[in-house]
Amino acid sequence: MVTTTALEEELRRLAGSVPDPELPVLTLDDLGVLRAVHVRDAGSVEVELTPTYTGCPAVEAMSADIERVLHEHGIREVSVRTVLSPAWSTDDISDEGRRKLREFGIAPPRGGRPSGPVALDLGPTRTAADEQEPEPVRCPSCGSADTELLSRFSSTACKALRRCLSCREPFDHFKEL
Amino acid sequence: MTLTVNTAAALALGDDALVLSHRLGEWAGHAPVLEEEVALANIALDLLGQARVLLSMAGDEDELAYLREERAFRNLQLVEQPNGDFAHTIARQLYFSTYQRLLYAQLASGDSEFAPLAAKAVKEVAYHQDHAEQWTLRLGDGTDESRERMSRACQALWRFTGEMFQPLDGVDVDWDGMRAAWLESVEDTLRRATLTVPEGPRTGAWTAGAGRQGLHTESFGRMLAEMQHLHRSHPGASW
Repeated sequence: MVTTTALEEELRRLAGSVPDPELPVLTLDDLGVLRAVHVRDAGSVEVELTPTYTGCPAVEAMSADIERVLHEHGIREVSVRTVLSPAWSTDDISDEGRRKLREFGIAPPRGGRPSGPVALDLGPTRTAADEQEPEPVRCPSCGSADTELLSRFSSTACKALRRCLSCREPFDHFKEL
Repeated sequence: MTLTVNTAAALALGDDALVLSHRLGEWAGHAPVLEEEVALANIALDLLGQARVLLSMAGDEDELAYLREERAFRNLQLVEQPNGDFAHTIARQLYFSTYQRLLYAQLASGDSEFAPLAAKAVKEVAYHQDHAEQWTLRLGDGTDESRERMSRACQALWRFTGEMFQPLDGVDVDWDGMRAAWLESVEDTLRRATLTVPEGPRTGAWTAGAGRQGLHTESFGRMLAEMQHLHRSHPGASW
């Protein structure tokens, strides 16, 4: 059985409070990328971090931020290890994280999507017309379900670019992964 | 848990990802629309992430990427093919992403050293395949011009697709099953795009297929020269 000490819990809370470098409204805890904090001995800590995407360039910034925060709290040696398994999924984003994303103007990922590609036909990229989608992607500004896909890849690999057909506002959607 | 890494297999899969990533990166500043430029760069970034993990299994990622000669690369000849027009890039994406998704899906369900990466990357590649299929439909079932170009591209790259199913030592998957599934998926997309499934051999004489043995096509040397020149000119440079 794995036991977690009070110190580890405290350090985990500190590391988890680090903001995501690209989406600073979210903490690493909200994003669900912090896997574990192990205290090796007094002053030496190992942190396990999992990337959202394999090529996510934010991992290095996250590692540096975690190291800085833990150093500031008196930990001399901090090593951040990247772990791939089990793979991160957008289901790991907390409810609180989803709420913050929406407030920030990003449509949060929908939950519990089956993995693998979904067969799509030419034409209907409007959410309303797409019957295979489990639930519509709602506009984070006005809440309308009548939104359309502009591009499957947006400012970062984890987001798609959509447009609201009610208020005409373009917005990012955190894609389900 | 210590796993024995099959270096040759890690190199082959890592080189596929690295080389295609570089080719897609060449679109930066040249793509037909901004959204597409961003999409291709995002796909390239996913592939670069996979390449870094795979090459690190085989040795030092930077040395492997920047200091190997052409004949030491083990990537498929398909991924090194020049971008050509946009249709060529999409045809290459369709053929490769369909293959890579099938391969990673099998690796993800196995227990090899590739399983953790494959489980992670198969979900990324599903988006790459979706992107390629959408464009194949749009271009194939589009204007006369786009249809003609897409058709030409699918035909031109067809002979590079047999090589993908050469069994790789250390990669324990059902290659024949994968070939059949690949053909079914690609044929279905081409038909829906009102394109003719290319005829012509995919294995044997008059086809491509020696990338895994280190033999590459003419344009690959030029691509490598550009990819490696900075690292070779300024060894150990950083910023």
